[in-house]
Amino acid sequence: MVALDETRLADLLRRANRGDAAAYADFYRTLLPALRQIAHGVVRTVGGRPSDVEDVVQETMIAIHLKRHTWRESEMVGPWIRAISRYKSVDVMRRRGRHGASVDIDVVTETLAAPTIEDPTARTDLERYVSRLGGKPGAIVKAIGLDGQEIVEVARRMSMSEGAVRVALHRGLRKLAALRTQEAD
Amino acid sequence: METEKLIAALSQDAALPQRSLVQRQLAAGSIAVVVAFCAFALFVGPRSDIASALETPRFLLKPVLTLLLFAAAFFALARAIRPGSKPGSAQAALLIAPVFLGIAVITEMTIVPSAQWGEKMLGTNAMLCLTVMPALSFGPLMAFLWFLRQGAPTHPARAGAIAGLAAAGLGATFYALHCTDDSPLFVTVWYPMATAIVVTVGSLMGRRLLRW
Repeated sequence: MVALDETRLADLLRRANRGDAAAYADFYRTLLPALRQIAHGVVRTVGGRPSDVEDVVQETMIAIHLKRHTWRESEMVGPWIRAISRYKSVDVMRRRGRHGASVDIDVVTETLAAPTIEDPTARTDLERYVSRLGGKPGAIVKAIGLDGQEIVEVARRMSMSEGAVRVALHRGLRKLAALRTQEAD
Repeated sequence: METEKLIAALSQDAALPQRSLVQRQLAAGSIAVVVAFCAFALFVGPRSDIASALETPRFLLKPVLTLLLFAAAFFALARAIRPGSKPGSAQAALLIAPVFLGIAVITEMTIVPSAQWGEKMLGTNAMLCLTVMPALSFGPLMAFLWFLRQGAPTHPARAGAIAGLAAAGLGATFYALHCTDDSPLFVTVWYPMATAIVVTVGSLMGRRLLRW
């Protein structure tokens, strides 16, 4: 099973829940290798391509983000992360229909995989979806997610308050997840 | 999109939304009770002899069993909505109502002569039970599916089935106040059948509605 630093991750996520952005970014960076391993295991099991791994990882991160209220601070964070990661990995691969139709979430086991080499410039699925997001939330997700701008910058450029940008960002991320689920149907 | 930029975007949205899942579940539970009660009061109503029925153990056993089922399933919903939580005691609690019903059936069979078993089992309201009970459960089922959508059930069909069980528990509680068949022999045949209808609908709807 993929190793997760329970104490550290739980601490970071607890701080993130109270609005600590730096801790939240740290949480994902700490988690990233494990997410890649789990995704890699699933992708390989269903016969996907290595390039699918990063899509799966990004989807998993968005899922963790949008569903983080389902983690109880008093409980272990590891089993929660594993369950989400497996569910999303299977879900993404199933949606792609690459031998995925018969993937059973209970059958997929995590395998210790060699770390994959990622091409950081590769255009991922997420990018396609972001380009389909409309309105202010779309512009804001694009500015922050694709162009790497800061909230302060975006707020100034779009003459919005920082709070409003945050709300729009949150709405955009939710819409992003919704777009992907819709496409599955 | 580069993963590092995604992390930056997500971290800008760190603070957790205010309303907790527990609050949402209580809201869904309240809505479910109110909706089922309204449907019952408007379209079904209690049986005419409810006052005297309340004094008979056979009648009282019905809402007790259905409420036990509801409570256990409601408890199981809280687990089903959180990824990685173990079903454990919640799953065991679901067996309480069937076990009690089994004891009641055996007791009934020792009291009632075997010649009357068939008659007691068929009762007079079988079709009503199979239609009215699921109908009363429909509103609660929607409320519980709505609740599950707020969370992250990793087994959508199973979670939908649990929502169906909770809804059936509520629907059956109200239906029991209307039905004049009180024998555990009737209850053990028709109530589970009506429950199975709701659970099947819940499971099928869950598969479609609960993906995330």
